[in-house]
Amino acid sequence: MPEFWINMGPQHPMTHGLWNMRVKVDGETIVDAEPEIGYLHRGYEKIMEVREFQKNVVLTDRLCYVSSITWSHAYCLAVEKMMGIEVPERGQWIRVLSLELQRVASHLMWLASYGPDLGLLTGLLWALRERELFLDLLQLLTGMRMNQNFPRVGGVRNDVPENFDAMCRRSVGYFLGKLDGYERIFHDSKVFLMRTQGVGKISAADAIDWGVTGPNLRACGINVDLRRLDPYEVYEEVDFEPQVWKGTDGGDSYARFICRFNELRESCRIILEVVEKMPTTGAYRIRQPRRAEGEGFAHTEDSRGEALFYVAGDGDDRPYRVKIRSPVFSTMAATPLLLRGNKLADVVAILGSVDVCVGEMDK
Amino acid sequence: MTHTGSQPLVAPNLFEVCKVLTLAILTLVDVILDALGAAIPPLRAPLAGLSDFLFGGFVVTVLTWLIAMTVMLLWATLFNLLTVMWMERKFYSRLQDRYGIMVSIWSLPFWPFNRRDRPTHKGTGYLQNVADGVKLLQKENLTPASADAAMFHISPVLIASSTLMIFVALPWSSGFYVARLEFGLLFVLAAFSLAPLGILIAGWSANNKYTLVGGLRAAAMLMAYAIPMILAVIALTFSTGTLNLFEIVEQQERALFTIGPLSIPAWYLFGPQILGFVVFTVAIVAEMERIPFDIPEAEAELVEGWTTEYSGMRFGIVFGFKWLRMIAGAALIVILYLGGWNGPVFVNLDLGGVLVPILPEEVYFLAKVWILCLFFIWLSWSIPRIRIDQILQIGWKRLVPYALLAILIGAAARVVGL
Repeated sequence: MPEFWINMGPQHPMTHGLWNMRVKVDGETIVDAEPEIGYLHRGYEKIMEVREFQKNVVLTDRLCYVSSITWSHAYCLAVEKMMGIEVPERGQWIRVLSLELQRVASHLMWLASYGPDLGLLTGLLWALRERELFLDLLQLLTGMRMNQNFPRVGGVRNDVPENFDAMCRRSVGYFLGKLDGYERIFHDSKVFLMRTQGVGKISAADAIDWGVTGPNLRACGINVDLRRLDPYEVYEEVDFEPQVWKGTDGGDSYARFICRFNELRESCRIILEVVEKMPTTGAYRIRQPRRAEGEGFAHTEDSRGEALFYVAGDGDDRPYRVKIRSPVFSTMAATPLLLRGNKLADVVAILGSVDVCVGEMDK
Repeated sequence: MTHTGSQPLVAPNLFEVCKVLTLAILTLVDVILDALGAAIPPLRAPLAGLSDFLFGGFVVTVLTWLIAMTVMLLWATLFNLLTVMWMERKFYSRLQDRYGIMVSIWSLPFWPFNRRDRPTHKGTGYLQNVADGVKLLQKENLTPASADAAMFHISPVLIASSTLMIFVALPWSSGFYVARLEFGLLFVLAAFSLAPLGILIAGWSANNKYTLVGGLRAAAMLMAYAIPMILAVIALTFSTGTLNLFEIVEQQERALFTIGPLSIPAWYLFGPQILGFVVFTVAIVAEMERIPFDIPEAEAELVEGWTTEYSGMRFGIVFGFKWLRMIAGAALIVILYLGGWNGPVFVNLDLGGVLVPILPEEVYFLAKVWILCLFFIWLSWSIPRIRIDQILQIGWKRLVPYALLAILIGAAARVVGL
């Protein structure tokens, strides 16, 4: 059979959104791959130039609707740096709490979609069931399940509700117990190991060269976590361990899976620690100036890697220029490297493990 | 030890039972013909001749065969297929922590069922598959513009007919069968291996890259799994000495050993054939394309595999027949290794010398088949899908050597006299 291209997308069960992965196959083996994006292009950076600073938070929520708070938080951080204002300490604690809740919810969405990618539909329903716990917590905290519009320039929108720490402890404790069930269905499954181990390998040097960040880079055995390397908010005071692949043979789908999976536990630990250490009184927001001039730059540890916002103001009440760096966009550039030489069926197993979010990739 | 096996409900066999039905129909026709002859005197003589012809051996036999085959068809599709589909959909829904299908008779839109005081969507869901079938019938039947239309339309027929062919030779009890073939096992395996050919034709003729890859995968899998399956059957024939499915079941009727009221049956599973059982079961799971081995229609990468281009009821046929193949495969495993219709408890009511079965053979057989189906369903919703090269590796590097080893063990057991 001659080599031919197969379009995996833009409408295909594999794609977690509207994009196209073209793969050139020789029989079942992939000889080349080519990600095609642009189906979802929304012109974020341009739209943000005509809206006021505060109103842009609504937009940044929708960059990745699975992980809204982490994105709107990165934007707010950049704008705050440009304005030169400091968020009150209690506001920072609430931000860390909401960020970690959102990270767990986002990782659970990834886990849910990774199951069907491997043909395990049961994993989808189970992980979505557990995601409800964290969406409920987020709803209590912010009033919304998705697209919360919670971080504000200068703090957060509202205080934590009454008795929220007890609710967090209860939900997280229940969830940590449930995670053992996931280990049985994923870690202990021979078939799962067969499908993930040694598949979609990328070396640490290649990963750095192509701009892969976040859990995908940590899976190559490199200890990068912006919460530790360039701490923002109160992450310095929180005691946690970035989840890095310990062995020498990292960089495959299995290592990415393990790193993300362990981050679920680690984020739960952070949540429990934050509700413990959080000051009970104090302001959670300060008034922000309406107009600003200068440059602001913030990079944070998003659920999928390094999210970067660059905001420039020219003294008006809206940004002069916004630049977004999406971690998935950079990771996508490296996917031909991951895919070449693997089998056709592995396209899904590999792309599922890097956690694609088309919303932020195609900003 | 005296023979205490339970009796079949369909006795002595399906043909004789259907013959009663045929004769009843013919008698009714005869009455009509008589009345017609009495009313119109000139027609009396030819009608009497027709009546004699109808009651002659030929018409009765042909008609009885037709009725017997129809009964088996309806039994397999209307009862077993619907039930197993319902079981699967309900079972995996509960596995996934949700209710699953709920359309029942209370969901029907007309008067006696749809009452205001009854919730319409809180039933058991048995009618959901019927509703889906009706929906598929209403849908347009598309043929892709560049497809090879003849081949594209033939392959569902090939798949459906080859699957239904299995049920001609597949007995459901010592009485409930259509044909008692001397080489029934060979026939069933041959019919089982026909469907991948239809899948290959379907995949190739649709002129779509997804279906093409799916069809070729099916062909590769047929090669890798039909061979260990046949080899496992060869190992079994060392113990059975026959390819007759009825005799194979009869051989498993005796008790292996008895502890008080409980007697452990001498299934072929308990003995030197256990390795062959494992090989055969894995190969059958691959043959019926369920999830660890469902690569011809791996929906993650191939959209819907070789069924992608089918629509309407044609899709319903190629999709629904997967369950029919699962039933046939489970029934084959039950017959060969799990004692067929022999139950562990033999309950007959002795009514003045006539043994009336309280639990007839059909019940035991159906219970075993359905439990095995549930096992396959449970398996396929708990583990991910295996990759094509790994599937072929399992087939060639694991199953074939194990099957050869099973032949060796079977032969050795035969020599020793186990």
